Amino acid sequence: MKYIDEYRNSALAQHIAAAIRNAASPARIYRFMEFCGGHTHAIARYGLPDLLPGNVHMIHGPGCPVCVLPIGRIDMAIELALRHHAIVCTYADTLRVPASDGRSLLRARAQGGDVRMVYAVDDALRIAREHPDRAVVFFAIGFETTTPPTAVAILQAAAENLHNFSVLCCHVLTPAAIAAILDAPAGEAPQGVPLDGFVGPAHVSTVIGSEPYAAFARAYRKPVVIAGFEPLDLMQAILMLVQQVNEGRAEVENEFMRAVTPSGNRKAQALMAQVFELRERFEWRGLGEIPHSALRIRDAYAAFDAERRFELGYRSVADNRACECGAILRGLKRPIDCKLFGTVCTPETPMGSCMVSSEGACAAHYTYGRHKDAQASAA
Amino acid sequence: MSGQVKAGYARALDIRRGRVDLSHGGGGRAMVQLVRELFARHLGNTWLEQGNDGTVLPPISGRLVLTTDSHVVAPLFFPGGDIGSLAVHGTVNDLAVMGARPLWLTAGFILEEGFPLGDLDRIAASMARACAAAGVLLVAGDTKVVEHGKGDGVFITTTGVGEAHPHCTLSGSAARPGDVVLLSGTLGDHGMAIMSQRENLGFDTPIESDSAALHGLTAQLMACAGADIRLMRDPTRGGLAATMNEIADQSGVGVLLDEAAIPLRPEVAAACELLGLDPLNVANEGKLVLVCAEQAATALLATMRAHPLGRAAARIGGITTDANHFVQMRTQLGGCRMVDWLSGEQLPRIC
Ligand code: SF4
Repeated sequence: MKYIDEYRNSALAQHIAAAIRNAASPARIYRFMEFCGGHTHAIARYGLPDLLPGNVHMIHGPGCPVCVLPIGRIDMAIELALRHHAIVCTYADTLRVPASDGRSLLRARAQGGDVRMVYAVDDALRIAREHPDRAVVFFAIGFETTTPPTAVAILQAAAENLHNFSVLCCHVLTPAAIAAILDAPAGEAPQGVPLDGFVGPAHVSTVIGSEPYAAFARAYRKPVVIAGFEPLDLMQAILMLVQQVNEGRAEVENEFMRAVTPSGNRKAQALMAQVFELRERFEWRGLGEIPHSALRIRDAYAAFDAERRFELGYRSVADNRACECGAILRGLKRPIDCKLFGTVCTPETPMGSCMVSSEGACAAHYTYGRHKDAQASAA
Repeated sequence: MSGQVKAGYARALDIRRGRVDLSHGGGGRAMVQLVRELFARHLGNTWLEQGNDGTVLPPISGRLVLTTDSHVVAPLFFPGGDIGSLAVHGTVNDLAVMGARPLWLTAGFILEEGFPLGDLDRIAASMARACAAAGVLLVAGDTKVVEHGKGDGVFITTTGVGEAHPHCTLSGSAARPGDVVLLSGTLGDHGMAIMSQRENLGFDTPIESDSAALHGLTAQLMACAGADIRLMRDPTRGGLAATMNEIADQSGVGVLLDEAAIPLRPEVAAACELLGLDPLNVANEGKLVLVCAEQAATALLATMRAHPLGRAAARIGGITTDANHFVQMRTQLGGCRMVDWLSGEQLPRIC
């Protein structure tokens, strides 16, 4: 606990806030994207925008694994449950993500599909052992943080000859997504997304290390500071970004040195490489198709690949026309810019994926930041 | 029970190894045997033993307060309590926070076929202890059995009757801007005790539920400054966040909480951190939220702290004017954020 308290010390926070105010030049605006949903959540939960000067803006990125899951992929999981009568195991938030035709995994469950909430892939393995006569599919989502455990589960299933277990692999890669945002498609925003730097992900970076960000920090001339999830981590990272911008530097810096090394966790990387390979292309919700941005299961483990085993085809489904999730995930719009926000679309009745997980930009703003809109409209 | 009745049964209930079966809910001899040899052995009193379809109770002088609550919890036994004591405390507390003195309870049991009689016996014994400690009597009951797989072991519904305090005008709509919010102790102990059992989080020091009957504490608070207490609530399901939002809605006011003042056990904070939960949303079963006029706050806080169930009591915020009825919180870091209702279920995060 003492460990946590150190990173939530109010006097220290005020001290860093003062340093940011001093460092930030009043003549310019600083726009930083926190890539990771965990950061979005922490910023909202601790009320950090109140500590920042008015010209330092934090912009939500696409780093919430639930938010970027495309409708077509959830449709595949629903098909597994309803048409193939598999036991589909997945993380809780995934159950509520809206799919096509007003469906979701939760609704599929109400229709008789055997959909189970698990906390870890190990639970799915256990369910497979307990039901040898049923097909058990783990619906695997997430960035590099959740990928190594999925790799371990597939290796374990292979070692045990667990024939009824397979994985619907939807693991995605962080660096590819950041690059895609910076390569804003023409017409989306004339000069691309106006960003001055990134707060790099915490947990993801413990796996991949800080090196993978170096190439695009150089190529796009955008500083990256990797930060932990504690509020003081974030404040410190923002200060470091302001300083880099002021000094005209675009480097990868590591605020989260207590957990992140330049090369990351080599053992986890080796496990990922053993089981997975790059997909040619993968559709992200709101961001469209991004080449080499996701993983698939290698041929050697094809028996554990639900896509091949059940011959699932992927069909892309467009979002609700009024939903602005895509623009929000790219940093082009804010939640309140969406007509559906807070009226049609709420955490109880999410229309878009950003409203599902508490790490989604819309849900975080709805839950923690709505009072700001009221203040703004009153002013 | 009298030996005469007992002689009517072929064999006594095997509480150690026996299990609930469908005949225990069938209205026949097996059910009467279960009631007499298990429930009445622990919970029996002259009212219950009348054995009529209803219980005739003596008149009381004050106004009646009535409440009912259903209890479902997994696991049924947890550090600091079980579903039996919880079912008693929950209903006693609903009466207590209305400013009432709890008098009588009824209990309805829905049992699942196959449930061990030994566990049921423990639950009945625990209810009896909780009733005795709270000074209430169980005056009527009911038992039903559902097929295996159609229940979760045991569900208990308790209804409570209490007598209102003479000056009691407590109502959820009574909070006014300028009022003070007091909390009787640390947040989230019950919810995290349950969750850490369920998720098998082997903590060095197990988190104990705070399950407790609050009527003694509320009686002292009413005696101290009853007229200045606007309302009391026990922040159970949905936690402090839900309770404060209810109050804001009902009273048409805003709330501003002070995060640094909210008492929290370090082990609960750590467990919440691990599972990605907000302690403000986690359930409590023995805590009191009180809204009072500013002039009475100091005396009421001192009364709370002098009571064993209120030692860690704190002044955690105040009532504000707010057309949107928002609950906001000044964070430990000096920022401000909303405290919203929980949407859906409280679930651990994945990333
Ligand atoms: S408010 Fe709902 S529909 Fe609009 S962008 Fe957010 S998630 Fe999408």
